[in-house]
Amino acid sequence: MNTDVQFILNGKEQKVSTDNRRSLLEVLRETLKLTGTKYGCGEGQCRACTVLVDGKPVASCQLTMDEVTGRKVETIEGLSIGGELHPVQKAFVQEQAMQCGYCVPGMIMATVGLLRRIPKPTRAQILEGLNGNICRCCGYVNLLKAVERAAKSSKEPK
Amino acid sequence: MNSRQDHLEFAEPERYELHEGPFYHFQISRREFVAVLGAGVVISVAVPRAFGQRAGRGGGGGVASLAQRLHIGADGLITVFTSKVEAGQGARTQLTQAAAEELHVPVERVRLVMGDTAGPDDGGTAGSRTTPASVPTIRKACAAARQLLIDVAATAFQVDPKNLSVVDGKVIGLGPADSFRYADLAAEKHAGVLKREAAQGVALPDAGQWKILGTPLPRVGAIEIVTGAHAYPSDILRPGMVYGKILRPVSYGARLEQIDLGAAREMPGVTALQDGDFVGFTAPTSFEAEQARDAAAKTATWKKADHPSSDELYAHLRARVADRGRTDKKGSLEEAFQSARQVLRESYNIAYIQHTPMEPRAAVAEWNGEDLTVWTGSQQPAGVRQGLAQSLRIPASRVRVIVPDTGGGFGGKHSGEVAVEAARLALAAKKPVSVRWSREEEFTWAYFRPAGVIDVAGGLNEQGELIAWQHVNFNSGNSAIGTPYAIPSVSTEFRPCDQPLRSGSYRGLASTANTFARESFMDELAAAAGADPLEFRLRHLKNDRLRAVLLAAATRFGWREAWKKNSARQSTGIGLACGIEKGSYMACCAKIEVNPSDGTFKVLNVVEAFECGAIQNPSNLKAQVEGAILMGLGGALTEEMRFKEGRMLNARFSRYRVPRFRDVPEIQTILVNRPDLPSVGAGETPIIGIAPAIGNALFHAVQMRLRTMPLRTGKLQVA
Repeated sequence: MNTDVQFILNGKEQKVSTDNRRSLLEVLRETLKLTGTKYGCGEGQCRACTVLVDGKPVASCQLTMDEVTGRKVETIEGLSIGGELHPVQKAFVQEQAMQCGYCVPGMIMATVGLLRRIPKPTRAQILEGLNGNICRCCGYVNLLKAVERAAKSSKEPK
Repeated sequence: MNSRQDHLEFAEPERYELHEGPFYHFQISRREFVAVLGAGVVISVAVPRAFGQRAGRGGGGGVASLAQRLHIGADGLITVFTSKVEAGQGARTQLTQAAAEELHVPVERVRLVMGDTAGPDDGGTAGSRTTPASVPTIRKACAAARQLLIDVAATAFQVDPKNLSVVDGKVIGLGPADSFRYADLAAEKHAGVLKREAAQGVALPDAGQWKILGTPLPRVGAIEIVTGAHAYPSDILRPGMVYGKILRPVSYGARLEQIDLGAAREMPGVTALQDGDFVGFTAPTSFEAEQARDAAAKTATWKKADHPSSDELYAHLRARVADRGRTDKKGSLEEAFQSARQVLRESYNIAYIQHTPMEPRAAVAEWNGEDLTVWTGSQQPAGVRQGLAQSLRIPASRVRVIVPDTGGGFGGKHSGEVAVEAARLALAAKKPVSVRWSREEEFTWAYFRPAGVIDVAGGLNEQGELIAWQHVNFNSGNSAIGTPYAIPSVSTEFRPCDQPLRSGSYRGLASTANTFARESFMDELAAAAGADPLEFRLRHLKNDRLRAVLLAAATRFGWREAWKKNSARQSTGIGLACGIEKGSYMACCAKIEVNPSDGTFKVLNVVEAFECGAIQNPSNLKAQVEGAILMGLGGALTEEMRFKEGRMLNARFSRYRVPRFRDVPEIQTILVNRPDLPSVGAGETPIIGIAPAIGNALFHAVQMRLRTMPLRTGKLQVA
């Protein structure tokens, strides 16, 4: 029972014919072959699957395709433009904020979402914004440095 | 998969390795292979073995020629092959440094192919062995390649090789118009030189002369990670690939009596397979494969087996102690206890925990003729290959296992169940199949860090000196069971138990348990002797390297002043612990704060000093130490698998609390560099001190002794 689901993916119109009960995560990874977004728990607890929906960080494992219709979805693949890394990606590289790296796409998307909402977050706001994202290598020290570095370079909206 | 026997072997006391028979006993018939592969076609060529044969187990010294270790491209790019895998611990970066160091080329010119059974076998990635074993192996091969470059250049240009050296991949010392580089070795006239046996006796420079090793080289492959481009095992896509799901037993030990696959088979695009205890499904999407599995599950009947509850775990273990094990004795324990002024005896319990790497087990299997290729996340590619060959009853030479850089392991990915599942389903579906375990499957069906019970006894003489020490570990492993303290009479004993859960390796597994018991008990003895826990330890510590890290951590922490200042009952407490494991030395100090109104506590700050010989990559080492402290916080405070009637009660992150951003205390690491000493691994040992340091700090704060990992009581809870 496939239906056509239309949404905006990384700035472009996207149409998928799918069972609309499937999760956005599964459709991104299996149907659209965008494997940068990771499965970690399937219950929205680890946030490895974080994408931005209408600019806000969302666990894509918790969103079914019928909930995605007409919305703006941004994934890790849409972040760097023309080969130029996004400032948050740069900050993660500069601070070596990765061990196995599997949580990193979700961490980066959560950070991008946080900085869009609060360009200059306090330490408490960073902890609040990122606490849902688990890193099992527990590379939290460098991850925090990366988010703080990214926050330094982010600009207040005019 | 329930009939298999688990065996633990202790040939190497450092290991607690899962040894088990095939995970599944398949009944695949020859006819099924023929059906898949087409009758009449007999393919006798094995998997291409471009890079040589499998060497001896584990050592890596068995690689006969440089061609098996190195490939030199016409573009000057040098590819180095190793069976070691990258799972976040930094092996790729460190081995790249090792190769570049000896080849005398920039790191950008070295590429590592890791974890591919088509390459040489350096053993699995375990036991902190990459640094002490594989780094020297790679360095020797690369030094030999450099010498070969010099020798070939010397012959070609008729100069004395003694006058030549290699800088930046180029031979220096030739005539002004002459040039010779690694890329020139790739030219046809030199083809074959790499097939020579590796020259022996090329000297490796000491740490003092290192140019690339010893530097904080950033992680190789970082760009692919931050862009999401790196394909982890669960990201591998193959043409025509379908997705697989497995029907799991309803409880531990349950046997399938009956199942009807009819409804599943009617679903479009679904392949349903029952082979012995194995029932699996494939479909074009995971969603459809799950629907097929769930439809079939409704028709299944199971015969359940008795299984103990985690509430009765420790009594269960004590009642099932095996005859085998290991005992080490020094002096006369009985006499020493009799002559002691004071004897203390306590027991410590260690819970089962899961590794829960961010990437659950995943594999893609693809058949090509009779050859099987499997991409999977495993720390033991050669072991997975053997397991596939055994389960599918095909020669290992027809199986190639490739381990893409993997989303975490922590000792949890030594087994190859998921690879076998994908391969079996791919045979049935006649298509490449991707099987990716769910988090719940990973929590339930992956093997666990073993639970254990540890009994410790100590005797103090009139002067408050420790004269007798007894340490008995039931089931949680032998590593680091010996005390590093100088005590005249000592007995240590490890006894495995007939345990309810499948158990295997974990980051610093047995050492974490044994260090928790020993360092907690040392604190209890110090209190009994009326001594500062630091002074009490130092009084019994003759090992210079351990003393050095203990003093380094205590000094940075300000231990002596803090202990003097804070000796009464209070809301904050300080604790410390130290230990030796896998040749490296660790000391950890922690400060905690108890909230008297609700009995919760939190860890405020941690200072850890660590020494593993000559440091090969300080930034990676720092990350490993920090990560180990924080991962250890989970085992210390919250992580515990709970089960009842054969079912896991907390097989999900919402019920199994792992450390998060808000749990991170202030951390200071002291990396003690000893360029005069050989480098040893560092991924495990830094984890062992945090639990006893926190437990001891808790005692200091509220005089309450918690003797379980995780540290939990009815009254005191983690904030």
